[in-house]
Amino acid sequence: MHIVVCVKQVPDTKIIKINPKTNTLDRRSAPAILNPYDAHAVQAAVKVKEEYGGLISVLSMGPPQAVEIIKKSVEIGADGGYLITDRAFAGADTLATSYALFKALDRISKDKPIDLIICGKHAIDGDTGQVGPGIARRLDIPPITNVIEISDIDLKIRKVRVKRKIINGYERIETGLPCLLTVEKEINPIEYSPLPNMIRAARYQPVIWAVSDLDEVDRTQLGLKGSPTIVGKMFTPPKPEGGHVLEGTPSEQAGQIVEVLLKNKELFSVN
Amino acid sequence: MPEKFDVIVVGAGPAGTSCAYTCAKNGLKVLQIERGEYPGSKNVMGGVLYRKQMEEIIPEFWKEAPLERPVVEQRFWMMDKESAVSFGYKGLEWAKEPYNNFTVLRAKFDQWFAGKGVEAGVLLINETVATECIVEDGKVVGIKTDRPDGEVYADVTVLADGVNSLLGKQLGFHKEFRPDEVALTVMEVINLSKDKINDRFNLEDNQGCTIEIFGDSTKGNLGTAFIYTNKESINIGVGTTLSSMISSRMKPYDLLDYLKNHPMVRNLIGGGEPAEYLAHLIPEGGYHSVPKVAGNGVLVVGDAAQLVNAIHREGSNMAMASGRMAAETIMEAHQAGDFSHEFLNAYRDKLYDSFIIKDLKKYKNATHVFEHNPQYFKEYVPMLNRAASKFFTVDGSSKKTKQKQIIKTMTSEKGTIKLIKDVYKAWKAVK
Amino acid sequence: MQENRGVWVYIEQNEGKIEGVSLELLGAGRKLADKLEVPLAGVILGDSIRHLSDEVIYHGADEIYVIEHSVLKQYRTESYMKGVIQLAEAYKPEIFLYGATPNGKDVASAVATDLSTGLTADTTMLDVDVEKRLLEASRPAFGGNIMATILCKKHRPQMATVRPKVMKALPRDSSRKGRVIEEKMDLREEEMRTKVLEIVKDVTKPGLADAHIIVCGGKGMGDERGFQLIHELADVMGAGVGGTRDVVEAGWIGHDHQIGQTGETVTPKIYFAIGLSGAIQHLVGMKNSETIIAINKDPHAPIFGVSTYGIVGDAHEIVPLLIKQFKEAFKKGGEKTHA
Ligand SMILES: Cc1cc2nc3c(=O)[nH]c(=O)nc-3n(C[C@H](O)[C@H](O)[C@H](O)COP(=O)(O)OP(=O)(O)OC[C@H]3O[C@@H](n4cnc5c(N)ncnc54)[C@H](O)[C@@H]3O)c2cc1C
Ligand SMILES: Cc1cc2nc3c(=O)[nH]c(=O)nc-3n(C[C@H](O)[C@H](O)[C@H](O)COP(=O)(O)OP(=O)(O)OC[C@H]3O[C@@H](n4cnc5c(N)ncnc54)[C@H](O)[C@@H]3O)c2cc1C
Ligand SMILES: Nc1ncnc2c1ncn2[C@@H]1O[C@H](COP(=O)(O)O)[C@@H](O)[C@H]1O
Repeated sequence: MHIVVCVKQVPDTKIIKINPKTNTLDRRSAPAILNPYDAHAVQAAVKVKEEYGGLISVLSMGPPQAVEIIKKSVEIGADGGYLITDRAFAGADTLATSYALFKALDRISKDKPIDLIICGKHAIDGDTGQVGPGIARRLDIPPITNVIEISDIDLKIRKVRVKRKIINGYERIETGLPCLLTVEKEINPIEYSPLPNMIRAARYQPVIWAVSDLDEVDRTQLGLKGSPTIVGKMFTPPKPEGGHVLEGTPSEQAGQIVEVLLKNKELFSVN
Repeated sequence: MPEKFDVIVVGAGPAGTSCAYTCAKNGLKVLQIERGEYPGSKNVMGGVLYRKQMEEIIPEFWKEAPLERPVVEQRFWMMDKESAVSFGYKGLEWAKEPYNNFTVLRAKFDQWFAGKGVEAGVLLINETVATECIVEDGKVVGIKTDRPDGEVYADVTVLADGVNSLLGKQLGFHKEFRPDEVALTVMEVINLSKDKINDRFNLEDNQGCTIEIFGDSTKGNLGTAFIYTNKESINIGVGTTLSSMISSRMKPYDLLDYLKNHPMVRNLIGGGEPAEYLAHLIPEGGYHSVPKVAGNGVLVVGDAAQLVNAIHREGSNMAMASGRMAAETIMEAHQAGDFSHEFLNAYRDKLYDSFIIKDLKKYKNATHVFEHNPQYFKEYVPMLNRAASKFFTVDGSSKKTKQKQIIKTMTSEKGTIKLIKDVYKAWKAVK
Repeated sequence: MQENRGVWVYIEQNEGKIEGVSLELLGAGRKLADKLEVPLAGVILGDSIRHLSDEVIYHGADEIYVIEHSVLKQYRTESYMKGVIQLAEAYKPEIFLYGATPNGKDVASAVATDLSTGLTADTTMLDVDVEKRLLEASRPAFGGNIMATILCKKHRPQMATVRPKVMKALPRDSSRKGRVIEEKMDLREEEMRTKVLEIVKDVTKPGLADAHIIVCGGKGMGDERGFQLIHELADVMGAGVGGTRDVVEAGWIGHDHQIGQTGETVTPKIYFAIGLSGAIQHLVGMKNSETIIAINKDPHAPIFGVSTYGIVGDAHEIVPLLIKQFKEAFKKGGEKTHA
């Protein structure tokens, strides 16, 4: 079984700083990390491999430094990885990204056919969650989004069963292999990587491809050129007005709040 | 089967990386283990990096290392409540190659330095804690880490795990510190614009200044304070021995707050934005505290071997030099195929022949002298300030009269004999 | 591209019930359609759902496209996507909005790929440049610190998914009339690669989304024990409990209680924001609540910017007082009604 996990390098938005004058991202302030959902995706692949055997490759499109997140994936337990990096990919929106990844997957599958593709639910920089389903459409395989459990895989009849999160619950779905899953964090905790993985990762050098290494690429569908959406303007969210700050002793203030609550008595099921 | 390396280095501070880099550069198979998210992520230093020892490892490193400013001026302040006697040296020749010292931010510098190690072939593993040495037949044969399948083996293990070396303690090389053997230093990195720094310290873009402060900086406690200029930030810190902190019931942060609000200091840092707050131990025991530094299959370098000159707050240079000497010894051992205590003791000899132990020996009683004679900080610094004030105040009396008056106050305040004794003691301690 | 006309809203239904977000989108879509002077249409797929078309019209649509098929009984990407694409190719809308729910995002992503058009995710503001007929879809970027307006100049339809609870639905108007367009679709169950085996509703925890009162605590509660005060206050009022991301990450409360950009969006009648700073990522998830009561010891905390009533003070002091006085007041109130 060959599993490919798509992984993206993202700025750590937790510590991001925005330059308030130019409304641009202060890149120095944001170290690049493996998209947290993708880390869970790799871990999910490791769990599948532990049970059913196979090979885990990761694939990323990004700048040359994205090698680091491929190494990070190897720490978690991937066997190897591919980085597609080229100026022609720059500025890609989700449509152009899914096209480039699709072409790379096509190339990978020529060496070893792919049975399962796993993506993160979304990347924390763009928050779109559109790339996974996009890839699936291009490969014409079923996409299953928001997966919270890979319940079982039957390699003989090539079926996989998963749990998928929906509003107020989940559904159990069965689909055929190959397919593409996008996973939520709940799918599994990230485990503390064993030392041999760490050593392997420190040595590991991924396969690096440029556009010219991929087959039959339509360059007009890549990068900025191939992206239907563009960023018009950036602005800081409008500051809300703000209401009434209460005065008096703490006890008086609490009293004023209780008065407000009394006006909405019907809401309370007091016991 | 766990993998076997020629060398395992625990810690990616200046000591560990100097050793790992030198070994890898000479073709050894090196594994370096660092518990931080990346080298330097939690490391603390006032920030003066000495050129010479670094240059012996990477020639002309200043051409590519992430340095802050070359230091062109060193000031010393004997500070009282509202005054300071100051002296220092500013030399613009230090702004040019080959430079003298630099200020650095460790988070950047350590990461870069470790990166050079990786380029040279070191396998660097971050976010991993070495929990113990694996000892077989009285020989250190590798380490255990906190990771699953976390054992790994090597001919030589180098402990570069810093001042509180857990592995050194495990091997019984040294014991828990006495409170008078370590100083607790707290420091802050304060962001301030380049222009403000240049103005306030009378510098140009590529010039740095260091101020070492004695006296009221520590509210009379044994210890010192410092202010160093980076490109666009200032490092300010203060430290005293744990023992004086305990006896004066002082909280470390209060001390730093006191310093930051001191009238002699606050205008230098005013308007700056605190960016980081750090606290760290410095071994102060000096010569008397240097533990066993070599054993069967194991060497100890840098702070882990307590190689710090507490008086001058020099440590990174000793860390680097000791790391390099350890590497040289390991290469000799590798050739000879002998990793015994006896063979590795060559490292100890190198240390003792070098400036490191000589310097430590020279200052061997300093901390002790000051610790047991609080008058140096509590009384003499204010006295010096009063004397200077008298001397420089223009009030119509002649300089000669002033000198007489000064000497008179000093001797009457302390008693002549006591004063002479103290001065002699202090001079002996640091001479 | 010239020929594309009309604003469409994907109407998400689950077991014959229209999701709230779809009605909100009809409200938002109405404004866009009026500005562009084109009809507003709903698109609905499913099995025996024809009767829902009236509801869609009552909430603002001029037209509704309906595809009914037994294979569409449950949502599946492959079948729903096909239907939506078939409609979009036949009738060519210029703007197409979807709710940013799991299924809404799922179908939109697949449709966008096949139609080779742009899709803006998780929009929180919508407008239109009438002259250029350009949809201006704005959304938080870089972790919500900033808003970005995304445009799709050269491809049609211009598509966006929109966060639930940020747009306002129109009041239901059962006098409204509209046109129903029914479409046929060629689907065979045997050809479906995906099967829904079971749908499990989690009824044990009523989603925060439905709560009328929510008490949300932040890092300012100190620790897990301090956070118990939040539970106590919620208990006496029968309210739902929420937490900020920092609190969830610290493990004081479970993931499904997180409110904000990466958690739930909520619009209760009363929202207590206690010991939380009101970071922008939190605000986007709760600022449309009717009444917001904030307790924070920092008078400059941004939460006071959105609160209806603010108390500057220590939560550990105020909340117990609130619990006590609330209990007393409502006991009295209870007696009165008895008398
Ligand atoms: C406030 C302060 C100011 C100073 N100012 C100066 C100055 O201006 N100039 C100067 O030259 N010196 C200064 N020093 C001293 C200098 O910082 C140290 O001497 C020097 O850093 C020692 O280097 P080292 O490599 O031995 O140890 P460290 O720099 O402490 O490095 C030890 C490394 O080992 C890692 N580690 C520890 N335990 C483990 C483990 N079990 N497993 C894996 N990794 C582990 C740590 O994370 C760390 O990266 C100062 C010290 C302090 C505290
Ligand atoms: C991509 C991204 C997505 C995010 N998504 C979310 C999300 O969905 N939801 C979310 O909540 N956050 C989210 N965040 C995090 C968000 O930016 C904030 O970090 C978080 O909301 C802060 O939580 P807090 O208010 O509890 O803590 P703090 O910001 O630490 O605020 C604590 C507050 O408590 C006050 N306080 C302290 N003690 C007391 C006391 N005794 N009494 C009263 N007041 C006291 C303090 O004055 C302070 O204002 C996200 C961030 C990113 C980058
Ligand atoms: N540049 C990329 N390289 C590899 N995978 C990506 C890339 N961009 C997105 N993905 C995958 O698609 C998922 C969703 O991303 P997004 O649609 O950008 O939110 C991510 O979690 C990744 O698994």
